[in-house]
This record gives sequence, C-alpha cells and structure tokens, in this order.
Amino acid sequence: MSDNVKNEKVKFEVLSGVVGQETKLQKVFRKVPPMIMLCIAWLLFMFIVAVFWEQFAPFDYEAQDLSHRLSVPKIFGGNDTVHILGTDSLGRDFLSRLIRSIRTSLLVAFCGTIITAVLGTTLGFVAAHFRGWVDEAIMMLVDFQYSLPFMILALLVIAFFGNNLVFFVFLLGIEGWNKYARMSRGMALSAQNNGYAVAIRQLGASPVRLYTKHILPNVSNILIVELTLNFPAKILAETSLSFLGLGIQPPDTSLGSLLSFGRAYMMTNWWLAVIPGLTIFLTTLSMCLLGDWVRDTIDPTIRK
Amino acid sequence: MREKLVEAKGLYKQYALKSDKLFAKRRYLKAVDGVTFDIYKGEFFGVVGESGCGKSTTAKLILDMEHPTKGTVLFKGRDMSTLKPKEWRAIRLDMQMIFQDPLGALDPYMCVGKQIMEPLEIHNIGDPKDRKQMVLDMLAAVSLKPIFYDRYPHELSGGQRQRIVLARALIVKPQLLVCDEPISALDVSIQAQVVNLFKRIHKELNLTFMFISHDLRIVKHVCDRIIVMYLGRVVEEAESDELFANTLHPYSQALISAVPSLTPDAQAKRIMLHGDPPNPIDLPKGCRFASRCSKCTPRCLESEPELVDMGNGHKVACFLVTGK
Amino acid sequence: MHVKYFLVKTLRAFLTTFLLVVFVFFVLRITGDPAQAMLPDDATEEDYIEFRQLWGLDKPLMEQFYIYCKNFVHGDFGQSYKDGRDVFEIISQRLPKSVWLMGMSIIFSIVVGLPLGIYAALHRNSFGDRFIMGTAVFGFSMPNFFLGIMFILIFSMKLHWLPSAGSDTWLHLLMPMITIGMTRMGSYARYTRSAMLNVLSKPYIITAKAKGANRNRMVYLHALPNAAIPIVTVIGTSIGHMVGGSVVIENVFAWPGVGRLLVSSVAVRDLPVVQAIVIIMGLAMVLANLLVDFTYGLLDPRIRVTAGDK
Repeated sequence: MSDNVKNEKVKFEVLSGVVGQETKLQKVFRKVPPMIMLCIAWLLFMFIVAVFWEQFAPFDYEAQDLSHRLSVPKIFGGNDTVHILGTDSLGRDFLSRLIRSIRTSLLVAFCGTIITAVLGTTLGFVAAHFRGWVDEAIMMLVDFQYSLPFMILALLVIAFFGNNLVFFVFLLGIEGWNKYARMSRGMALSAQNNGYAVAIRQLGASPVRLYTKHILPNVSNILIVELTLNFPAKILAETSLSFLGLGIQPPDTSLGSLLSFGRAYMMTNWWLAVIPGLTIFLTTLSMCLLGDWVRDTIDPTIRK
Repeated sequence: MREKLVEAKGLYKQYALKSDKLFAKRRYLKAVDGVTFDIYKGEFFGVVGESGCGKSTTAKLILDMEHPTKGTVLFKGRDMSTLKPKEWRAIRLDMQMIFQDPLGALDPYMCVGKQIMEPLEIHNIGDPKDRKQMVLDMLAAVSLKPIFYDRYPHELSGGQRQRIVLARALIVKPQLLVCDEPISALDVSIQAQVVNLFKRIHKELNLTFMFISHDLRIVKHVCDRIIVMYLGRVVEEAESDELFANTLHPYSQALISAVPSLTPDAQAKRIMLHGDPPNPIDLPKGCRFASRCSKCTPRCLESEPELVDMGNGHKVACFLVTGK
Repeated sequence: MHVKYFLVKTLRAFLTTFLLVVFVFFVLRITGDPAQAMLPDDATEEDYIEFRQLWGLDKPLMEQFYIYCKNFVHGDFGQSYKDGRDVFEIISQRLPKSVWLMGMSIIFSIVVGLPLGIYAALHRNSFGDRFIMGTAVFGFSMPNFFLGIMFILIFSMKLHWLPSAGSDTWLHLLMPMITIGMTRMGSYARYTRSAMLNVLSKPYIITAKAKGANRNRMVYLHALPNAAIPIVTVIGTSIGHMVGGSVVIENVFAWPGVGRLLVSSVAVRDLPVVQAIVIIMGLAMVLANLLVDFTYGLLDPRIRVTAGDK
C-alpha cells in the first residue's frame, strides 16, 4: 500500500516537473521574436546538414561526369532531373558539393572560433594575473594585431609556410584573439579588485582554480556573446581566403571556393555562384542577429 | 608570559602614486607608517581608527596579502615574507579573513554551499563524500538552516551572507581570524546578532581574532586588547578596560568621547575634533595629530613622539603623557 | 599633458613598426634558409652567393637584422622572382591605385554613414531609423566578395551600366568603392546614432532645448562635435578591417592595386614581393592608426592617456 502511495507521489512529482518545464519553455519561446526564431531555424538546419552531410548528399561530391557538364536543373528551367541543382564545370553534382562545402566551412569556422576563444581568453587572464612586463608584452601584441589586419597576416603566413587543413584552422584561430584578450583582461582585472577574487585567493586557491572556477563563470555571459559574434567573422575570413584560392584546398571544397568557381559561369548558370553566396550570407546574418539578441537579452548593460 | 601568535615589527607600506608628468619625482602614499604590535594566542584583538588610517592595509600585511615596504610579520614565529607560494597557500589554513562587504566576497555564480566547501577542496581536507556533511555542520554552527546550501548570494540578506563568509573561513579551523569591518556594511538591527555570533565562536573555538572597526561601542563590547591607529601609526595600545577607564592619548579621548552615551553628564565632556586629518601623501613635520589636537605644544610641531610603555602594557605615543 | 599623449602614441607606433619588421624577419628565418626561400628555383650558384652577401647571411643574427632593416630603409626589397624586376618599383606602381580606392571607400562610407546615423538619431524609432539600423547588420554579415559579384551580375552583365574590371575611369571606381564602403557604412551609422543619442540626452543639450535654441544649430554646432569622439575611434579601428576587405575586392573587380598583387604573389609564392607588401601595408596601418590617435587627441582635450591603457 505504502509503496503504491509512494509511486503515485513520484509519478505526480515527475509529471509536475515536466509540466513546469513545459511552461518554462513556452515562456522562453513566447519571448523570442519571430525573426530570431527564423535565425535559429536556419542555423539548426545548417547544423544538421553539416553533421549528417553524408546522408544528405545524393552523390559523391568528387565524382566527375564530363559528359554532363554545367547541366541546368529543372527548377531553373533546364532538363536535368537527376541533379537537383545541376552540375558544375566538371560535371560534379552541385548539391552534393554544396552540402560538403557547408560542412567544411562550418566545421573550420567552429574549430577556429573555439581556438580563438581559448587562446584569447587565456592570454587575457595571463596578462591580468601577472601584470608587469607580461601584461605589457601581451598588450603590445594586441596592439600589433590591431595594426596588422588578419587578412594580410594570413596571406603572409600562407605564402611562407604553405597551407594544409589543420594549419589553416589554427591560422583562423588567430583572427580576433586580440578582442578576447583585451576583454578578458579587463574583466579579470576588475574581478581581481572586486572582493570575491581577493577572498578566494586568500582562501589559498591556486590561480588556475581562481580563473577557471570563478572568474570564467562570472565573465561567461560576455564571452558567449563575443563567441556568437566571432563565429560569423570566422566564416567570412575562411570563405574570403577560400574565395581567393588560398584557403581550403581541392579536392576539399568550401562555400568560398564554390562561389569562386561559380563566378565564371554567371551568365548561364548564375546559381552556381549565388546559392553558395546566399548560404554564407544567411548563416552569418542569422548568427549576427542571434548574437545581438542574446547580448541584449542576457545583459542590457553591456549593450554598446 | 602568553604565547604570541602574530608579531608585527615596524611595518611600513607605501603606495607609489601615478603621475601626470613625465619626469616628476615619484610621490608615495604612506598607508602604514611604522606599526609594531603583538597579538597573543586566543585573544580578541581590536584595531580602531577613522577610515583611511591604515587599518585595512595593516590587516592585509598581517595576512601577507600585500608585502610590507619595510618590516616583518611573524606568524607563530615564522617570517611571512619568506614563504614560498605553496607554503603561502598552505598557511591559509591557519589564517582566514572576513570582509567588510560579504556580497562582494562571494562568487555570485556559485551556490553558497559549494563556496563553503571550496577551502576543503583547495586544501584537500576530508573525504569528498564527507564534505557536504561538514558544510552542513558548519552552516549549523553559524546558525543557518541546511536549506541555505543551494542558495545563491543574491538570495540572502546581508547578515546571512556574512554568516556564509564566516562559515567558509571557519571550516578550515583556522587559528587567526582577521575581520576587516565585518559589520559596518550590515543593517544596525542585525549588527548585534553577528557580533554576538563572533563572540560565541571566539569562546567556543578558542580562536584568535583581529577585529578591525571604526565603531568603538562594538570594539569595547568584544575586544580584550585594543590599538588605536591614526594616519598609519599606532597612537595608543592597551587592554580594553584600561583603555576606556584611563584614556591617555588626546586622539583616543576624542574618539571615546564621541561614543553616544546614556548618561547625560558624559555627553557634556565630548571633545570635538576640528578639521580633517593631514594629507597622508605629504605629512607635516612633528606629531601627525598636532593639527587637530587641542593640547598641541610647540614641541609637538617639531618632532614625532614614539610609542612608550607606561606600565601594565599600556602604551601611548604623546609627549604630554610620556613627557619624554 | 598633451605632449605626453602624442609622445606615447608616436613611441607606440615606432614600436609596432619595429615589431612588424621583427615578425616578418623571423617568419622568414623559421622557414629555413632565406636564400632558398627568396630566390627562384632556377637561381645559379652566383645568385646565391650574391644574395647571401647582400643580406649578410653569414653574419650573426643581430647583424643580419641590422642589414635587413638598412636595406628596407634604402627601399631595397630585393627582386621579384616572377620576372626579376625590382620589388620596390613594382609596388610603387601599384600603390597609388590602392590608396585611391581605399581613400575613396573610406570617404564614401563616412559621407553616407554619418548622415544616415544623424538622421536615425533625430528620427528615433521611425521606419527610417529601423531600416538604417538593419543595414548595419546587413553590412557586417554580407560577404563583400559576394556583394561584389552580385553587383557585377546585375550592373555589368544584365544592365550593362558599369564596367566589371579595371580602374581607368570614375565608372570603374564606383562598384569596388561601394562594395568596400558598404561593409562599414552601416556600423558607422549605428555608432553615430548611439553617440548622437548619448550626447542629445546630456543636460546641456536639454537645457539648450528648454531655452528654445535653434534645433539645427544645436545639433550641428554642439551635439555633433561631442559625438565625433567615439565615431573617430570606431572609424580608426575599422580601417584594418577595410584594408583586409579591399584585398579581396581588388581581386573581384580586377583592380590593379597592391591587394591583387599580394594575392597573386602568394599564389606563386613570390616571397620578396609578399614580404615587401606586408611591411608596407603594416606601415600604412600604423600611420593610419597614429593619425586617428592624433585626431582623437585633438578632438578631446580632456584625455590624459598613460602608456598602459588605450
């Protein structure tokens, strides 16, 4: 008997928990403007395509069919019913290439964003912690980065060291590190003087513990906002370099290189350039709008 | 002879000031300017003075949160300035601090239970499984219910926060607890509660307290021995009862006379201090209290008096009293 | 106060330049033998000996660095190994074109962005305001090379209004200028708007308003100069972004500038040219930043900036 009662109680608790969560979720959803919902939907779609690219791609993205070059698909008034978006100048299925490109571009941008965040934040914390000449040196590097545009730096490094995928991702990781470094340094400096860091330090905590367990969670809001705004910048940097033929190298393909190849056929097969371009644009736009919205929602005081 | 826990010997602390000019002479703010005292084991030691007199800096020097420009701090006979970073961290088990602003001293993004547990994790005390119980015991010791474990600092009242800070300090069972104006940020109505909690803990755990305050009523209520500081210097040092019964330094007299009293005739004897204390960046020659002292003599403007023991551990730095 | 500010900024500029040269110098060393990297594949033994002599490669590292700097000061950046021409000569032919394009793009973005921002601030929450603020996000997220290609598709290929490549006439300038300028125009408008709104809410403006001051006079004589300070900062920090963008855009519109030269040199690994362009561009950036700092210092007499913070 008592067991039964207990079960009933557990059931009730579980149910009420679920109900509670649902209303909470509903509340959140009601607060999200429709525009942001669209952005999230698009990003989610891109994310799914990037993860399950092999399931989505109808053909092998590298397979050439020279007898079917630059075919015009049905949706653009052509007669190719096999290839939904037609083929490129080597007869490769354009949709499959597009899907592969989305995966590459997003993956590279994602890894680059993470590297930048870790690198920049760490350097900022190191500068704030050690002060003195370490601080001076790191801030000098920050200033240096400001006066050398990433694009130029990237071209210099690629010219001297050549290029491969891993190297390229790390190179992208440099883009924008100075923003994180300056921000995290500033926040760590103010946190150090504000009570809790002093208090925790005097408990005998090691600097690593202080920074990872206390200062990091305290500044995470601002870092998350910076992350969402840095991601589109990463996509733009990668696609720009790939567009110039100096980023992602064949046989792999990115949205930038896809666009670059497509521009030669704009008079006849305009979608070969326009579709990858629009994909980049919609993705960066969604991320920018989402980032702005998150910033304004999380903390109205850091709005600038 | 009682055992000395802390010996502060001739402490000086100067802060370099930022200058606008490129080649100007560096100027210094003398926050602590030659301070010597001992804290005995188990006593409730008070430090009194106006804001800006170097009380908080002294506390930081005692805990070696900042290094003195000159002078040494001995803790249990050990020179604090010689500690290596690891030893420095380890010695935190013996000395803990309570801050003026309890909200600022707590991490706003961590539940308070975890924060009380933190010293245990840092110093690897106890079995990880037992730690939660230790925290709950500690909460009980500072008269808080176990439900507070999962609360966040902003959900608590000022008094509750200060209890949390106290619990975090006490969980490592320190020998010395330095309290820097621990109640001045609290509502008057709960100040007494927290002070009594301090007193109870002092008695129960046989802790040594260094209690910093500008509020003489509270200091009188809780402290065994008191030093009075003025502009970075100790002007008087005595047992609590002795200090209030037989106040020697004009500054201490002024401070004590300013304490609101219930007896009307005491009110009449109030000594008013005029003017502001001199600028600690460039102090005038002579006694630093001379500019506000009602009994100032020509000699006071010439040289600075030293702290002299008048017997029975009552020390004072005033020519009028010591005659030297 | 002022002298120190300008002194510190100039010192920093020198330091950054020095860092830049050190950086390029070491990147070159890390790749291995600079002679091998800097000389074409078909170089003879004598070429190697001559090169090592010229750059003092047999001497200690510090001395090598000294020779390296000295050669740069003399304008000796070596020879391109695509065609053996003097690098300095090649770049100085291209540089005016790039400076012209960059300059016009910056002017375009300011001339369009600032009035839009002022308009948005004065007509707050109107449809125009929202639209202008929308374009800022658009500029940020639009890949400029895609925008350029769309322009070519519409205005050159479909409408035949504008030429798609080259730099001969004003018509050639139009599309690349707008493409580069567009990326930043929106954000300038956005910053101008918030700076103006900030100033317009200040007590002295409200007082002037209450006294019935002339609206236009108030906006342009009092509000705008005070709002200019944050705007100048934003423009300064975005120049680097624009320079990076112009490298891509020069390639889209076949603009015969330094950016296009840089990309084609990187593609064939013509290292003497790459190295020289990077140093010259870096130098130009340092100068531009210095100019912005000085403008900032002149605009705001209150600033007393120490070396530590910027």
